[in-house]
Amino acid sequence: MSVVFEKPHALTDAVLHYCPGCTHGIIHRLVAEVIDELGIEGDTIAVASVGCSVMAYNYFNVDCVQAAHGRAPAVATGVKRSDPSKIVFTYQGDGDLAAIGTAETVHSAARRENITVIFVNNAIYGMTGGQMAPTTLPGQVTQTSPYGRDVEKVGYPVKVCELLSNVDGAAYLERVAVNNVQNVKKAKKAIKKAFQNQIEGKGFSLVEVVSTCPTNWGMTPQKALEWVDEKMIPYYPLGVYKDIYAEEEK
Amino acid sequence: MAKVTFETDLCKGCGLCVGACPKGIVKLSMDVLNAKGHHPAEVTEPEKCIGCAFCATMCPDCVIKVER
Repeated sequence: MSVVFEKPHALTDAVLHYCPGCTHGIIHRLVAEVIDELGIEGDTIAVASVGCSVMAYNYFNVDCVQAAHGRAPAVATGVKRSDPSKIVFTYQGDGDLAAIGTAETVHSAARRENITVIFVNNAIYGMTGGQMAPTTLPGQVTQTSPYGRDVEKVGYPVKVCELLSNVDGAAYLERVAVNNVQNVKKAKKAIKKAFQNQIEGKGFSLVEVVSTCPTNWGMTPQKALEWVDEKMIPYYPLGVYKDIYAEEEK
Repeated sequence: MAKVTFETDLCKGCGLCVGACPKGIVKLSMDVLNAKGHHPAEVTEPEKCIGCAFCATMCPDCVIKVER
């Protein structure tokens, strides 16, 4: 009998602080599995963001830097440029990357920094208690939009992959989801490609993972996965938004 | 023959494994509370398990180890 599934080595034994059913845990594990498979554990440096994933440094078995809110790609730029032999990735939520960190994200993409960005989009501010985020869907009820997001008053959600696909410097952009087994497998493939791109010096790679927040959405974990299918994916279509090397590889 | 083991005290009882099991044999044990106070997941009919590891794939907390 051989082991077909167990906890990856690149995750520590620390118990995840995330709420029951939060898909952050799945995404952490996918990143750790990729680090294991590529054999880069000793050469990887993570940059944690602010938000629910603020304590990512407790969970990844690699060196970590904790960046100020939204500044993870800027910190990652510094880390990568000071030692280009290291594999540097950021792990950020939508409140971090798509709100206060928009400038850092766009400009690190424009500079084609050779870093990997894991962007977890759950359409809400999780850690602070469920306020409306830039990625909150039109009509979505949150603590600060109790009657649903009114686009006439507060504008439309920010679609990060679509936005960055117009930035010439971005090398690889893909949006994936983790709401079922098939999508989790696809998400892992995308994350692996984003890390491989960096190893091969291909430049800025971002994987947007459509995630859940059962607690702040006010749903059971299973219902939240269904909500991703029904509401999130139609608004945030999955797929590759940019891959400047795809033509060469053909 | 497949073997699924749960690190019961890490389980938060979210039930994502329950929804992922194609054989419908993963259940939350409603008469058990773990150290965290959740009803942990378990396999009710281990002989029916095909070792697909779908439950482990969806588990956010790396509770499940699958051998085949």
